[in-house]
Amino acid sequence: MQVPETFDYERATSVDDALALLAKHGDEARLIAGGHSLLPMMKLRLAVPEVLIDINDIAGLDHIRIEGDEIAIGAMVRHAALKDSALLFEHYQVFRDAESVIADPLVRNRGTIGGSFCQADPAEDLSAVGSALRGSCVITSVEGTRTVPMRDFHQGPYETAVADGEMLTEVRFPIRPGSGSAYEKVERRIGDWAVAAVGAFVQLDGDVVSDVGLGLSAVRAPHYTIPEAEEALRGKPATRENFEVAAQLCHDLCDPTSDQRGPSDYKRHLARELTLRALTRSAARARGEDS
Amino acid sequence: MTATDVPVSAEGNPIGFGRMLRKEDARFLRGRGKYVDDVQLKGMLHGAILRSPFAHARIVSIDTSAAEAHPKVKAVVTGAVLETLNLAWMPTLSQDTQSVLVTDKVRFQGQEVAFVVAEDHYSARDALDLIEVEYEQLPAVYDAKKALDADAPAIRDDLDRPDAPHPNHIYDWEAGNKEHTEEVFANAEVVVTQEMLYPRVHPAPMETCGSVADMDPVSGKLTIWTTTQAPHAHRTLYALVAGLPEHKIQVISPDIGGGFGNKVGIYPGYVCSIVGSILTGKPVKWVEDRSENLMSTSFARDYHMTGAIAATRDGKIQGLKVDVLADHGAFNGVAQPTKYPAGFFHIFTGSYDYDAAHCNVKAVYTNKAPGGVAYACSFRVTEAVYLVERMVDCLAQELGMDPAELRMKNLLQPEQFPYTTPTGWEYDSGDYPRALNKAMEIAGYDALRTEQAEMRRAYEAGESQNLMGIGISFFTEGVGAGPKKHMDILGLGMADGCELRIHPTGKGVIRLSVQSQGQGHETTFAQIVAQELGIPPEDIDVVHGDTDNTPFGLGTYGSRSTPVSGAAAAVVSRRVRDKARIIAAAALECSPDDLEWEPGRWFVKGDPDRGQTIQEIAMAAHGSLELPEGVEGHLDATAVYDPPELTYPFGAYICVTDVDAGTGQVKVRRFIAVDDCGPRINPMIVDGQIHGGLADGIGMALMELIAFDSNGTNLGGSFMDYLLPTAMECPSYELGETVTPSPHHPLGVKGVGESATVGSPAAVVNSVLDAIQIRAADMPLTPAVVWRAMQGSPLRNDLAIE
Repeated sequence: MQVPETFDYERATSVDDALALLAKHGDEARLIAGGHSLLPMMKLRLAVPEVLIDINDIAGLDHIRIEGDEIAIGAMVRHAALKDSALLFEHYQVFRDAESVIADPLVRNRGTIGGSFCQADPAEDLSAVGSALRGSCVITSVEGTRTVPMRDFHQGPYETAVADGEMLTEVRFPIRPGSGSAYEKVERRIGDWAVAAVGAFVQLDGDVVSDVGLGLSAVRAPHYTIPEAEEALRGKPATRENFEVAAQLCHDLCDPTSDQRGPSDYKRHLARELTLRALTRSAARARGEDS
Repeated sequence: MTATDVPVSAEGNPIGFGRMLRKEDARFLRGRGKYVDDVQLKGMLHGAILRSPFAHARIVSIDTSAAEAHPKVKAVVTGAVLETLNLAWMPTLSQDTQSVLVTDKVRFQGQEVAFVVAEDHYSARDALDLIEVEYEQLPAVYDAKKALDADAPAIRDDLDRPDAPHPNHIYDWEAGNKEHTEEVFANAEVVVTQEMLYPRVHPAPMETCGSVADMDPVSGKLTIWTTTQAPHAHRTLYALVAGLPEHKIQVISPDIGGGFGNKVGIYPGYVCSIVGSILTGKPVKWVEDRSENLMSTSFARDYHMTGAIAATRDGKIQGLKVDVLADHGAFNGVAQPTKYPAGFFHIFTGSYDYDAAHCNVKAVYTNKAPGGVAYACSFRVTEAVYLVERMVDCLAQELGMDPAELRMKNLLQPEQFPYTTPTGWEYDSGDYPRALNKAMEIAGYDALRTEQAEMRRAYEAGESQNLMGIGISFFTEGVGAGPKKHMDILGLGMADGCELRIHPTGKGVIRLSVQSQGQGHETTFAQIVAQELGIPPEDIDVVHGDTDNTPFGLGTYGSRSTPVSGAAAAVVSRRVRDKARIIAAAALECSPDDLEWEPGRWFVKGDPDRGQTIQEIAMAAHGSLELPEGVEGHLDATAVYDPPELTYPFGAYICVTDVDAGTGQVKVRRFIAVDDCGPRINPMIVDGQIHGGLADGIGMALMELIAFDSNGTNLGGSFMDYLLPTAMECPSYELGETVTPSPHHPLGVKGVGESATVGSPAAVVNSVLDAIQIRAADMPLTPAVVWRAMQGSPLRNDLAIE
């Protein structure tokens, strides 16, 4: 059995409590939500926090609800809840697509959207979804809250906009009537990290793409996206030819590295192929042609 | 006797062969199994191993002072300490030596450097970080194909082998008739040559390896609870290695959570726990973690093969030859019978009729973990079957012939048995066409081919990206090692003892030398006794896994338990039955010759009401009944079974895959497995064995891999990197059976534990390649590997992807 180094453990009962504990313990403390990234890293001794602040007892961070023209999702919402939410599915099928291929049911029962975003693993699925949907992140500190656009939230591999003494408390996504969304992932085995994955939404005005979002995982796309591909498609007819142009830009502008999941040329190929598939399915869903 | 006329016990179990729930599952399903890590002894200490981060590095210095100063640390053991005990090196199962704790240099990443004994597991692990080791890094041999280059660094400079052609050369071994084979190839109408890699994989049992050693300082008796498939072999080895008197060693192998060959050898950690107990006077537990298991214990395969097949233009196979480059890692730690350094690889001629075959196996050292025969491989029959079944498909593609038709044309015919192969095996029995026909019938082969053609048409018309493949594999295994005149391990002949004692009330205990790792021995061996004596299986206790309480034998691997110990169990049961006859005759006051047997009872011929049940006989055997001259009381027997030959299970497998040509992703749609392992003692357990082996095969074919980068770093050292298949990757299997009893086994049974692992990988690979119409690509067929094969730029799977 792999075992971590010694650490102290605190249990926060409210956001204020968690923030106070963060302030007390400084940068050697780490928040723990689902723990499915942090605990393995601790057991491998790649992460050696001195204090774990458990935020699982905090009430009021597990909501999925409509607020105005946005969907608000509490940071402690579990993957399983995202997968099963009818409200979310009604507006963004991409969540159910993505959650169906994230890890396994055991992990999905524990892991949270906040934890996924804050881990900022470059092969993470939900972060690509978040980037595709161009949501925003609500970050709370003793000073109050601030809202950061999703594409500013992720600043690089394992780096986010959350500073010392802050915590992510909510994620918000704009509602886009007439849109469809989808997630396409290639993995070596169910539950593995993505070899490459692409999330997309397509909003249609008649046959024209009035808005589009793309999120790419595991291909070193900065902020999990290729905005040039979105721009190339926005305002254009939703045709296979135009999707191919966007997909080709994803192929050209991503920058994947080779690893045991695959060589870079293959991952580039997937960036194109999966972008094409995600756009095609999103558009079909926008038209009500695909579930 | 057929399943339908087997009598049923009061508990509803067959009194003999047939389906019944496993007796051992009552405790496993309740979480009451007792594994090595469950052993808790008073005052027990905990060990942890410091391992090398480098694949090849000279040890400059090791400073253990800070670790020793840790308040909970009781001992720190290094190679220098072991040298004083003459235990720094130990013999392997292949006449090589292996480092226990490093003395000179490390030779693979993850090699054992130091051993810490502490009051608890956490402290032992913490103290590892306090040991200061200075390494001088050396270039690593990470590519077997470069191991014999002139400038390749010498890995085994500890060995004195002036005659070796290269310091990294281990052996060249050949089988078959080279001259005849070359002649056949020179004259053949068609010759197809193909390189292929059976990559390094790992058995990855659910339970990792471990031991609890308890040396009694007063009696001098060592008790070691350990994860071993071969308790008696371990005891003898400890006696030979450590110089401990064999009668003062008790090896206990409790419940074992999977072995697959991973738990045959003796690992440094076991020896360290013994040394730790000797040094501290306390019991010492050592249980490796998952990464340690994957990185340092017995790997499997790692065969680079170049095959060539010769045939006539109309598809009559005439010959097969293969050159193998075998990567054995840093120490030759392969476990197999002494005379067979490449295991049973020379069974590679497979299930077909031709007389020209030759193989040469060249084994080399590399800076990788040792091992090589593991993962349910039947002593490398896995590699052999993969080679021939891939070559047959390559030939089919070359000839434009259906692979089923090509096989049917060349399979050995039933009347040819016993059949001596060109490399010297004598197949005992078989009806191969019947098995293949049955598999094709279950599959609906012709309809599948029609569907495939339509999918390919749609793909070529640009209407779809989906392709479908149909892959066949036909295998013959040789299992049940083995006749001791040919087969031994470290000089220990591969015969198995067995003891059966029937208690006065008619219940019994059978003591086995083999050790289950999940195969269900507690059930099947009770069923063998039930079959032979008519005693309900629930009335037979199976004792195994404890050298103080079982007879000697070589253990469970190579599918040998049923072929060897199963025969021994039948023999002891028959001896008890014979003795029961004499006792019954005495009780019935008749001649034994007047008695006739029916299940569970001797009765007087022509007077069936006059008889004695086995239970009545057991009581009489222990009672006051006067027995004939020369017949001792009690009802028991012992036997040592030395198998006259191997047994030869076989099967026909068909795998149907769907391939997404746009991404290279493979989905196994169907898997049809027709196995012939002779009569089935417990068909449910056989099905379970086959299910497990098919999952193994799908895993190896599609995802399992241990590759190494140019530093010799192991790239499969966790379950994030070493992928095992799940229920999501495995279809609902479609099983079939034919029954061809072994002519020389007392029960006709052949062993089935490894059949599906051996037979299935080639079926999956043939299926995928059939879908994408590419001649060759190596396992594992990950999406990237498939896509690259389709681009004509295949990946080399044993190296890091760059």
